Amino acid sequence: MVRMTSVVQAKTVVTCRNVTKEFGQGEARVLALRGIDLDIFAGELTLLVGPSGCGKTTLLSVIAGILDPTDGEIVVLGTDLRRISNRQKVQFRGENIGFIFQQYNLLPALTAVENACVPLVIGGLSKREAVQRAGRLLSEMGMGSRLHAMPSQLSGGEQQRVAIARALVREPKLVVCDEPTSALDAHTGQLIMELLRDIALQSDRAVVVVTHDARVFQYGDRIARMNDGRIVSIETNGNSREL
Amino acid sequence: MSWIAWKMLTGDRSKYMGIIFGVTFASLLIAQQTSIFCGLMLRTTSQIRDIRGADIWVMDANVQYIDDLKPLSDIELYRVRGVSGVKWAVPLYKGLSRARLEDGNYQQVILIGVDDATLVGAPEKLYEGSLSDLRLPDAIIMDRAGYRQLWPGEPFRPGRTFEMNDRRAVIVGICDAQPTFQTFPVVFTRYTQAQRFVPRERKLLSFVLAEAEDGIPTSELCRRIEDQTGLRALTGQDFAWKTMVYYLTRTGIPINFGTTVLLGFFVGVAIAGQTFYTFTVENLKQFGTLKAMGLSNARIVGMILLQAVTVGAIGYGLGVGLAALFGIFTQNRTKLAFYMPWWVLVGTGAAVLLIVVVSSLLSVRRVIVLEPAIVFR
Repeated sequence: MVRMTSVVQAKTVVTCRNVTKEFGQGEARVLALRGIDLDIFAGELTLLVGPSGCGKTTLLSVIAGILDPTDGEIVVLGTDLRRISNRQKVQFRGENIGFIFQQYNLLPALTAVENACVPLVIGGLSKREAVQRAGRLLSEMGMGSRLHAMPSQLSGGEQQRVAIARALVREPKLVVCDEPTSALDAHTGQLIMELLRDIALQSDRAVVVVTHDARVFQYGDRIARMNDGRIVSIETNGNSREL
Repeated sequence: MSWIAWKMLTGDRSKYMGIIFGVTFASLLIAQQTSIFCGLMLRTTSQIRDIRGADIWVMDANVQYIDDLKPLSDIELYRVRGVSGVKWAVPLYKGLSRARLEDGNYQQVILIGVDDATLVGAPEKLYEGSLSDLRLPDAIIMDRAGYRQLWPGEPFRPGRTFEMNDRRAVIVGICDAQPTFQTFPVVFTRYTQAQRFVPRERKLLSFVLAEAEDGIPTSELCRRIEDQTGLRALTGQDFAWKTMVYYLTRTGIPINFGTTVLLGFFVGVAIAGQTFYTFTVENLKQFGTLKAMGLSNARIVGMILLQAVTVGAIGYGLGVGLAALFGIFTQNRTKLAFYMPWWVLVGTGAAVLLIVVVSSLLSVRRVIVLEPAIVFR
């Protein structure tokens, strides 16, 4: 399933330079990220892997603009996230970044199609139009018969499909996924990863996936291995580069 | 985003009902207790409102409220009549008498003696009999509630008698009268007749009722009467206010009801606030997800306020509706004082708004400081 690397280097979507992140103060201070240097490219599925507590999710949060780094440079789609206001960052996220969560984070009171259309509504589209567009996307993903089902009526795989549709409905240039397969069985996890691969390939957008599930490593174009807040190696199509 | 806020609010029926219940209960308690309080205050002035046909009440300068009787000398009536601008002035007796019924039982009654010649102050609405019958010997007109209290279940019987001060009183009519604070029957008779129904005292004139000549403002005439006689002259409305102010400032009624109303408010804050706060806190991850997806704090605050105002409006409507139903149901079945003026509705609405705003502000704070990174935890 590993895709051949393009001869021409794809466009850089995310640039991290010497990114650090500290939590707490004094003796309780924890250094979660210790000088991360990482590039993420459009058209690639990048995996952030490593043991629990190594800083994968913290790095994903920094890349997604929902957590400010303590130091370093983080540029997403040409925008230095440290140089824009919180308000601009909120708008930036809405327009450019799609989120997929481990526990799907669907709003339980909304139907599948309503959940999927939320980013469009946030973007200012009317409910009617947003539902139409989200419905089309869900149908393309094989969820046409489940549009009006509540999240509680959907299987884990179906819920994750809705979450993926929600992440993609506003056509973002960057999709960040936190353990998207960990709550799913092996087969469903495989289907979800294939869905993510297809989206990454077809839409020329970057997908970043945090995972510790070795079964999905095969889907990554680039695998950044982390340990103790550092990227220890980056593997591209089987070629590993120690850092 | 309003439809999403609405769906989030109503998605969990039990929590939604819990919040509605809290606001409804608070609203009901505040509106009902305030209305009972208003009803009681209104009853303190019922005898002032029942005396129609006169603009001005003249009384001793030290009278504090309608039942604080400081009898005047009969000469005061003539002094008032002598004030320039007085079109006419008539005497009014008001006091308590003891009625001895046919079966030997006694009952306190409120006795009102109106001017013999003009019958100014007599009841306007009669269910039975005629006002002119009041001119008959020993004639009295009793209010309907009083008649039912003295002879429960019995129909009106013209000519029925009882005794006051060992004098025979003959019921010639049944009238409408506002329920009184003491809930005693109200008996109307002529002024001279009233003097016979009470033990003899040197002074029996309770009030002088007066009317201003055309073109003279009532307030101006009141000032003239006070200047020339040294008595207190008030319009009916001012006298009613004076009476209510007395009850408000000199009795424990406002504190008792105020405590209950305040309790209702705090219960509302506690139930609605706690439930709403818990509701929002439990939805923090959902709000975090929305924040991550690009929803601004301002719009989230808008969603929470919309949810709060929605439950507030529904709870308020149910609460005041139930309070009104309570009032309608008890009005003709019990002696409960209940009066719900428009400002009780407005005041209850303001209290409910305060409850939901306070509740939502507590929740809003949590959402505003919420880091969207919570979604990955």
